Amino acid sequence: MSEIPDAGPGFFTSRLERVIGWARKYSIFQYPFVTACCGMEYMSVAAGHYDIDRFGAGLPRFSPRQADVLFVVGTISHKMAPVLKRVYDQMCEPKWVVAFGVCTCTGGFYDNYATVQGIDTIIPVDIYIPGCPPRPEAVLDGLMKLQAKIGKQQQLSRG
Amino acid sequence: MEETTTAAHETKSMLLNMGPSHPAMHGVIRLITELEGEKILKVEAEIGYLHRAFEKSAENSSWTQVMPYTDRLNYVSPLINNFGYCGAVEKLLEIEIPERCKYIRVMMSEVSRITDHLTCIAACTMELGAMTAFLYLMKAREYLYEVIEQVTGARLTISYGRIGGVKADLPEGFDKNLLEALRLTERELSEVDRLLTKNRIWVDRTRDVGVLTRENAVTFGITGPLARAAGINYDVRKAFPYLVYERMAFEVPLGERGDNYDRYLVRMEEMRQSIRILRQAVRDLPGGPIAVDAGGKVVQSFDLVDEAKLGRTAGLVDVATTVEPTLEGTQKRYRSRFASSDRSVALPSKEDTYGNIEGLMNHFKLIMDYHGIRPPAGEAYFAVEGANGELGFYVVSDGKDRPYRVRVRPPCFFNMAGLHTMLEGYLLADVIATFGSINMIAGELDR
Repeated sequence: MSEIPDAGPGFFTSRLERVIGWARKYSIFQYPFVTACCGMEYMSVAAGHYDIDRFGAGLPRFSPRQADVLFVVGTISHKMAPVLKRVYDQMCEPKWVVAFGVCTCTGGFYDNYATVQGIDTIIPVDIYIPGCPPRPEAVLDGLMKLQAKIGKQQQLSRG
Repeated sequence: MEETTTAAHETKSMLLNMGPSHPAMHGVIRLITELEGEKILKVEAEIGYLHRAFEKSAENSSWTQVMPYTDRLNYVSPLINNFGYCGAVEKLLEIEIPERCKYIRVMMSEVSRITDHLTCIAACTMELGAMTAFLYLMKAREYLYEVIEQVTGARLTISYGRIGGVKADLPEGFDKNLLEALRLTERELSEVDRLLTKNRIWVDRTRDVGVLTRENAVTFGITGPLARAAGINYDVRKAFPYLVYERMAFEVPLGERGDNYDRYLVRMEEMRQSIRILRQAVRDLPGGPIAVDAGGKVVQSFDLVDEAKLGRTAGLVDVATTVEPTLEGTQKRYRSRFASSDRSVALPSKEDTYGNIEGLMNHFKLIMDYHGIRPPAGEAYFAVEGANGELGFYVVSDGKDRPYRVRVRPPCFFNMAGLHTMLEGYLLADVIATFGSINMIAGELDR
């Protein structure tokens, strides 16, 4: 107990943060904002074969106020963009966003007047999962990367 | 929900907005409902939240490049879209595709139809709280996705169709894998059948709910399982047989009442009929296997390459080969089984492309921008039986390498036009059951 880490916010705070991060990353309540093709792969990930529940993210909440992670699954058109923004704004901190599929990452091959060229033009994104649609394995990989990010985040000192 | 003024006891109706971000609205449709208590007086559907400019994009792509866009119209059964578009362009070009290719298209269409119906019933049951059935049906879909992946290389957005054929021949062991997947799917289907068909809760939520009358089905141009559940005997596969459907023995299931329960039963039966078609197609599939004679003979190296590409590597270890420097002939006999021999449409085999100047020129003429496939000026409409009804493609050509216009007749669009007749007069909670049984796919609805 005599040893105090030389840098950072102090021993107890950093320990506590690690515990909180560990707890948070395995109890993700996700909000699936499913709009298009990627929804099929989202269903595959959620169902028994790939079983997202193994990663502690099995429980979808369809109220943004109860959700931690916003899964944006599928193309976002300009008509849909305000809805997405509003759902994001309604979520409580701490919150994360996963861009599921290339349409949400960059607009994909829908380079036209109707499609938002990447949702990061509207809301901040934490993890990008490219693919059209991404395979379930890629989704799980993205989820694990998100969990690593959540686990390492400084929860207490967040603004 | 009801506002009552005490003086005159007059009731006011209330507007309630559902969607576009609503768990049961499949993401992208907005229903504005007028309620009196829990009863729905009026429904208005607002669409267009997934408009991705399919038709405009198609005008800016070459005829072949439209294929990936068609995948994403009805993304639950993309293979049917592929073949619908191919059929329209082939009609315009007046070319005939090889027999084996027709069978491949029929088989992949039916696999796709099963995945579509599985997804529809799964989503509907999940929204009504039957999570178990959802998981069983998703399991069955996964078996079929594996077959699709073996054939096309992708699970969902497959781009397997080509004008004048398909991308590649069936892989080794396809028939065995398909039949096994069908057996497993049938098992899950009977499981779900036992779980749902006589389930009190399921029947209560769906029986006599969301009725679509025959008159309304005809008025709004509704086709597919919805119309058949209402008793209209219309299936493009029977009415205007395409590919080799006229050789297949199958029945078109019809409902009587046109309610949600009938739609469920029709979809369940259609899946069984699709399995029946698939078994016949596997049995009748022409072409047969081409096997390398590995009995100690000297064989051409390209034969070995072909065999290896199809996964037939067993027994090739001890084979002596000769090397043909021009690679002449490789894959040719395979290509003729699944792609048209019309050189103005179908790509030459890779060995022709690399092996001789004619093949190389042919390849470039088809691939390069502003060359490509050039159908004669004119127009064609071709319809296939999509999973949700008549899926038609209307293509117009002005003789250039790009479509002048590609118009889709998406079955969902017509279903949505008649949506209010299935919702009005019922309770608010019935919206979920009815909407689930309609199987709205935004990709083809909004295009």
